[in-house]
Amino acid sequence: MTDLPVRREKTRVNWIFHPRVRSVFIQLLLVALVLLVAWFIYRTTSRNIAAQRIPIGFDFFWIESGFSISQALIPFSESNTYARAFLVGLLNTLFVSALGVVFATIIGFLVGIGRLSNNWMISRLCGTYVEVIRNLPLLFQILFWYLAVLAALPVPRQSISLAGDVFINNRGIMMPKPLFGEGIGIVALVLAAGLLLSLIVAVTSRRYRIRTGRRITLWPVYLLLIVPVPLAAFAYLGVSFDIDRPVLKGFNFNGGVRVIPEFLALLIALSTYTAGFIAEIVRAGVLAVPKGQSEAASALGLRRSPLLRLVVVPQALRVIIPPLTSQYLNLIKNSSLAVSIGYPDLVSVFAGTTLNNTGQAIEILGITMLVYLVISLIVSFGMNLYNRRIALKER
Amino acid sequence: MGRSSILFALAVSVALGSTASAGTLDDVKMRGSILCGVSGGLAGFAQPDDKGNWTGIDVDFCRAVAAAIFNDPTKVKFLPLTAKDRFTALQSREIDLLSRNTTWTSSRDSQLGFNFAGVIYYDAQGFMVRKSAKVSSALELSNTTVCTQSGTTTQLNLADYFRSNNMKYEAVVFNTADEVIKAYESGRCDVFTTDVSQIYAERLKLSKPDDHMILPELISKEPLGPLVRHGDDQWFDVVKWVLFAMINAEEYDINQKTLDQRLKSERPDVKRLLGIEGNYGEQLGLTNDWVVRIIRHVGNYGEIFDRNVGENSRLKIDRGLNKLWNKGGIQYAPPVR
Repeated sequence: MTDLPVRREKTRVNWIFHPRVRSVFIQLLLVALVLLVAWFIYRTTSRNIAAQRIPIGFDFFWIESGFSISQALIPFSESNTYARAFLVGLLNTLFVSALGVVFATIIGFLVGIGRLSNNWMISRLCGTYVEVIRNLPLLFQILFWYLAVLAALPVPRQSISLAGDVFINNRGIMMPKPLFGEGIGIVALVLAAGLLLSLIVAVTSRRYRIRTGRRITLWPVYLLLIVPVPLAAFAYLGVSFDIDRPVLKGFNFNGGVRVIPEFLALLIALSTYTAGFIAEIVRAGVLAVPKGQSEAASALGLRRSPLLRLVVVPQALRVIIPPLTSQYLNLIKNSSLAVSIGYPDLVSVFAGTTLNNTGQAIEILGITMLVYLVISLIVSFGMNLYNRRIALKER
Repeated sequence: MGRSSILFALAVSVALGSTASAGTLDDVKMRGSILCGVSGGLAGFAQPDDKGNWTGIDVDFCRAVAAAIFNDPTKVKFLPLTAKDRFTALQSREIDLLSRNTTWTSSRDSQLGFNFAGVIYYDAQGFMVRKSAKVSSALELSNTTVCTQSGTTTQLNLADYFRSNNMKYEAVVFNTADEVIKAYESGRCDVFTTDVSQIYAERLKLSKPDDHMILPELISKEPLGPLVRHGDDQWFDVVKWVLFAMINAEEYDINQKTLDQRLKSERPDVKRLLGIEGNYGEQLGLTNDWVVRIIRHVGNYGEIFDRNVGENSRLKIDRGLNKLWNKGGIQYAPPVR
């Protein structure tokens, strides 16, 4: 009975007005339009480039770069290729971003929770931090740390000397560098194995606890695996150990490890700035957990620490994680402001110097965009995985 | 992100720029002005004064091209560009002409797709240090920190020089000339390096210019000149011959003061240059009085040199190599005939 009117409807309606035909048609039209635009861009680009006789392609990657980079995590010199310069820039971007994410998260959580504190002083201090940091432009903050704070440090000859061989001056922080001889790789392997073993023990003990409800004290086991065992391996293999101390020689310090001020300024500015936003996200997350939840938990007899750990934090994290991901992505992209203070990040080394020396604007900007896109997608993929793990499981 | 989004916009306009345009000279005539890329603020080369008027030898060259085409030196729009953005701007047709103390090199001529119209200033790269550092030669600069600008030949020459002399150094590379000199002044670097003319100009920005000295070593050849993009020979010819005409005018002693008197000259080479004989201007797509226009409105090569970087300027740079070939320098222009 119910089928009949529908069928009659179908026969009456012209196929042009059929919703499915229409939607397919519109989608085909859209795809055709996008392809047309892409083809148009491709055609005019190749014509214009041919008219100016600019060579295209990625051969430039294998040419000797001929410039130097002030901070390289892998060995780099003028005789290395542009490909290696790209790698150095990429690693510098990843390095400052990764540390920035860690510090921003720590500061952000502390400030966010501090703002909820019952202590008037702490909550006002944290509130002021958020309002000041969040409302000043990031570029300004980077320049402030670089030009006003770090540049005001003394010259190398009058360095501030901290404990031992650590020196601070306007060229950065100089620290002694440990030099290990042969066999350090095996010690590192032993340490890694210890960490892995501890992890396995922890997971097993957790399963055991859930099954039986009994707790076993395991921290001495972890400690043994991580400290004395690798140390014993170190002693047994007789790995030589030396320290490379920074020494003032002529204009600058020689030897040791040096943290350049451009890196410090960028790291401080990025972490404190992003922390201002993370603090608000954390505060919102904690406040989003209904008061009844913690009241019910304490009515069940939970003390403050397990109450937070088992009831409040898991629910707050559900609110915190998605906007936190955006902040991480912002931090990574903001790290490209490094060009303004001469930190050799990807944009400065690759989309800057390399672009200028080779003139391959389209290729280089394309690659740079792709790199940022891939980094961002990986980060958000990881955060989404974590989010799925902590999300409310609806059954 | 700001800088890279500008670059991206430029790259997109490289991609989308129209191919249908006629010659640049026709475009310029139709538009009624020249788009000229210059430095953002380099005393003697291109710098806006307190009234917002651009001054400098690079700026005056743009005005000379405008004077030759429009008989009006004000028909120029100046676009200040950083060293890093300048080439993309020219490739993507944002500007008709780049006159921005740019060194003529083979890769810029070929790989980057440009044509250099000649040399307006023969320069060389040098080093500036604090007098208190008690250094008298660049060979004593081992283990120093050097501030320089990104996207310049300077950055590469620096690497070559230290490498070939087996000296250790650290280069801190900034985006704009201002950032470089600021970092040098703050003590981040021991050494400031760029073309010597530019060192003179930047030194004026320091709070105590006399505390700093330029070392005697010149480590490179830096022929600076105006450039256009590949693929438009007519426009290339116009720009090239405006420069040659200004140098020739100095050689024939034609300047803003002597112009009216020289117009009555009987010398055939002067008559040809000033368009009294022949139609050499029209052959270039201009009018025959093109050189008269340039001299009347802007001046000859010697005049713009003295006014902006030479004796009559704050920089007071010696003309050195930039003297005419018959006065002990190497400035030389092919004849108009």
